[in-house]
Amino acid sequence: MNFNFHTNHRLLLISIFTGFLTLSLIIAVFPAKFVQDNNPPLTNKEFLSPEASRGLEIFVAEGCVTCHTQQVRNIATDKMWGKRPSIPADFADNKRLGFWRSTPSLLGTERTGPDLTNVGNRQGDVWHYIHLYNPRAVVPESIMPSYPWLFKSKAQAGPGDQVINIPDDFKDNPEDIIVATQRAEHLVAYLNSLKQAEILKTSTPEFIEYDWMKREPVAQPIATTEASEVDQEEILLDNRGPKDYERQCQACHQANGEGIPGAFPSLKGSPIVLDESPDQMINIILNGFDRPNEYGAMPALGVVLSDEQVAAIVNFERNHWGNKAPKTTVAHVKEIRNKTAANQ
Amino acid sequence: MRTFIKCSLALLCLLGTESLWSQSADRSIAAEPGITGTLLLGALVLAVCIVLAIVKISAAFSSMARKEKADSRKELKSLIENLNEEELQALAGKTEPEFNLEGHELSGIAVAKDEKGLIRQVENEVHSSPMVSRKKGAVSKMNLDPAFSKLILAFIGSAAFWLIFGTLIGQYLGMKFVWPELDSIAWLSFGRLRPVHTNAVFWGWSSMAMLGLGHLVVARTCNTAIYSLKAGWAALMLINSSVIIGSLLLMNGVNNGGGEYREYIWPVTALFAAGLIICLWNFYQTIARRNTKEIYVSNWYILGACAWTLVLVTIAYLPFYQNGLGETIIQGYYMHQGVGMWFMTFTLGLVYYFLPQSLNKPIYSYSLGVLAFWTQMLFYTLIGTHHFVFSPIPWSLQTVAIVFSMGMLIPVIAGTTNFLLTFRGSWRKLKDSYVLPFLLVGIVFYFVGSGQGTMQAFRFTNVIWHFTDFNVAHSHMTMYGIIAFFLWGGIYYLVPRITGQTPKELLVGAHFWMAFVGLIIYMFSMMIGGTLKGVSWLEGESFIKSVTLMAPYWLWRAIGGTMMFLSHIIFGINLWRMSRLKSKEPDLTDQLILKYEKKVLIS
Repeated sequence: MNFNFHTNHRLLLISIFTGFLTLSLIIAVFPAKFVQDNNPPLTNKEFLSPEASRGLEIFVAEGCVTCHTQQVRNIATDKMWGKRPSIPADFADNKRLGFWRSTPSLLGTERTGPDLTNVGNRQGDVWHYIHLYNPRAVVPESIMPSYPWLFKSKAQAGPGDQVINIPDDFKDNPEDIIVATQRAEHLVAYLNSLKQAEILKTSTPEFIEYDWMKREPVAQPIATTEASEVDQEEILLDNRGPKDYERQCQACHQANGEGIPGAFPSLKGSPIVLDESPDQMINIILNGFDRPNEYGAMPALGVVLSDEQVAAIVNFERNHWGNKAPKTTVAHVKEIRNKTAANQ
Repeated sequence: MRTFIKCSLALLCLLGTESLWSQSADRSIAAEPGITGTLLLGALVLAVCIVLAIVKISAAFSSMARKEKADSRKELKSLIENLNEEELQALAGKTEPEFNLEGHELSGIAVAKDEKGLIRQVENEVHSSPMVSRKKGAVSKMNLDPAFSKLILAFIGSAAFWLIFGTLIGQYLGMKFVWPELDSIAWLSFGRLRPVHTNAVFWGWSSMAMLGLGHLVVARTCNTAIYSLKAGWAALMLINSSVIIGSLLLMNGVNNGGGEYREYIWPVTALFAAGLIICLWNFYQTIARRNTKEIYVSNWYILGACAWTLVLVTIAYLPFYQNGLGETIIQGYYMHQGVGMWFMTFTLGLVYYFLPQSLNKPIYSYSLGVLAFWTQMLFYTLIGTHHFVFSPIPWSLQTVAIVFSMGMLIPVIAGTTNFLLTFRGSWRKLKDSYVLPFLLVGIVFYFVGSGQGTMQAFRFTNVIWHFTDFNVAHSHMTMYGIIAFFLWGGIYYLVPRITGQTPKELLVGAHFWMAFVGLIIYMFSMMIGGTLKGVSWLEGESFIKSVTLMAPYWLWRAIGGTMMFLSHIIFGINLWRMSRLKSKEPDLTDQLILKYEKKVLIS
């Protein structure tokens, strides 16, 4: 037998074939099988409803995974996308889409748009519909495509039609009534189902924060000796308020605080915002609010926001766009959070 | 124009890096090995571009000077010719000569013969274009069976079609980042169209061009005819139909699950795989019937690429281990190996043929090529998971991928060294060759793109660059800078030798420079923008800030992309010019030789 690769083509082909196959089994197939078999789904994670499952198929067909990731990495940068880093069990119920198609690649490799791991906790139905119809109607700087083919224009809404209040500027014809198709409803059902499930504190992986990532507070409290602790807190809240509003609230209530007529209420001059006591406002932010037939439902942001963030947002909204109302404190937000949690 | 673009580009780099520095005055990000390495590699590309440009410009100047000299001589000549006899004699300071010359004192009276064609190729015209230097035409035609030539041209023609189609789509997608409301047609929406772009340039352009050139390389290096022409045509049909059907399905919203480069559903990929099996079989049979003792190293790479890709595709599409995170592990493995084991490996095989051929000397080290081959298999295979660093994939698996990404430098350095040392002593040939500039840029990007990929696999650099447009820069540096440039080198070498037709020098030059400068604009805008995006996330700014800050970089990307796309149209024109087979004047010698060979084969 000729053991020279240079002259024995059969040996050469067999060697390169088996060599690569062996390495592939070791590095890809066995680990994949192991990870698949040893990570059962979380018990408290809801399974996708039939509507949401169909929504997932639309999500994949439209190529949403191209720009939107669904993984919270275990580095501090990703804290904005979830309360904890993603774990293998989060993805355990992600299965093959059927005979023709494989398991969808939901984790993604590019974040041209926001991560969607927790989007179900951040945004409500109405926002999703308007945003899908034309993203720039709610986020003027957005570069996401519009999906008008998931909607229908009608002269008159029929019974059971999901009418979407699109600002006139974004419709071909201001008279048109925009109605969501079933496909849009399914897609939104899927987006709403994207919520990061709670897991036991002990088994929660931690975010890695490298030394060089640690940031000093944006502004140092001035004259530390004289300023009281309360003042210092107020300054810190004032500093982070605009950023937190921009990140958490602006998508619906807009940069000018005026919201979108028929979809999101204005905060400018709103009696709830200007109320002497901030309690109702804090309650709405923490636990959501829905007054059907008037505005889109406000999602309960208590799961997403910390007490500090809520206090910062409340103070910002109550003292911006010409609003003027007394500020609140972190302690007060905490108090209301505990009180409302006890009531439920 | 070129200098202007380069100046503005340099300015752009400065601006970009400056703001990176200022954001991190005390904990200098630039001191991290991954970042420093990438900066150095980026500088290397710029340096090569500048050196090439300087060489070109100085050549242009000297050619202009030569032309001036020639012109003044011509003037003098006409002046002298217009003088009358007396004036002439006065000028020469001589009267009537005392003897008469016959005119053939030096040459003799025998009829001149030019059996070896030494004089036929000489042209007396002064080469007048200052933009391009005179290139050597394809002097000798290869004696290929016309039917085989036709097959190769069909592969290359299909590839060129998919290149123009795929990059037209890429160009359109790039514009959508600048004008998101360009259209609202479902079939043309970003999410559906992006995989059409990537898959068309992968499986359409690069794969078809590789296979076309591969057929020739295998046959030539085995010193025999390709085993089956019919098999070649079958593969061509299968792969073309796979890309056509796949693109239509993707635009219609039918995809496999969104994993990069496996967006075609399995029946479509099966068509491609069938084509690949046929090619592997055809190559293997040809190699088995070789008239050389040893298997040339090109064939190692080509056999390897085909066999590995078949394993790869099978593993990627089998379902048994792909629930949950299993899918992600396979996706990481697949998307890296798709590039590393198919495109890179196959193309290296081609370079081991075309580089020595166009330099007219053997490869520097055969053993280095073999070393690079085995290390390619060992190291590339293990690094897929580096696309999912910090993801929920087991930490140990990520570490293995990062470590072997470092090991990947071994085949890369072995290959680069080998190619550059082959070049050594023949740098002058760059000037008068269509082919070598393409190959040289390919070699530079082979080192830079792959090395930069290694840097990008580090944990630190992942924090800043992962998920950003930096990835897009990397993929274009590699798939375009390496693969496309190598393939163009091969095509410009081969097609004129098949057909005897050379392309217009100016157009080849335009293709080269627009593709090269376009790519540089593209990659630097995406690298700088991607870095700023990563830093913005790190600083905890609201997400939309990272979108708005990209606007100028996306615009630059669209500009670079437009240059690249236009260069492909020029390539199309060049290819069309080169591949017109001469029909009016059949070469009698060729026909006789073929007839004779056929007779010998039959008997």
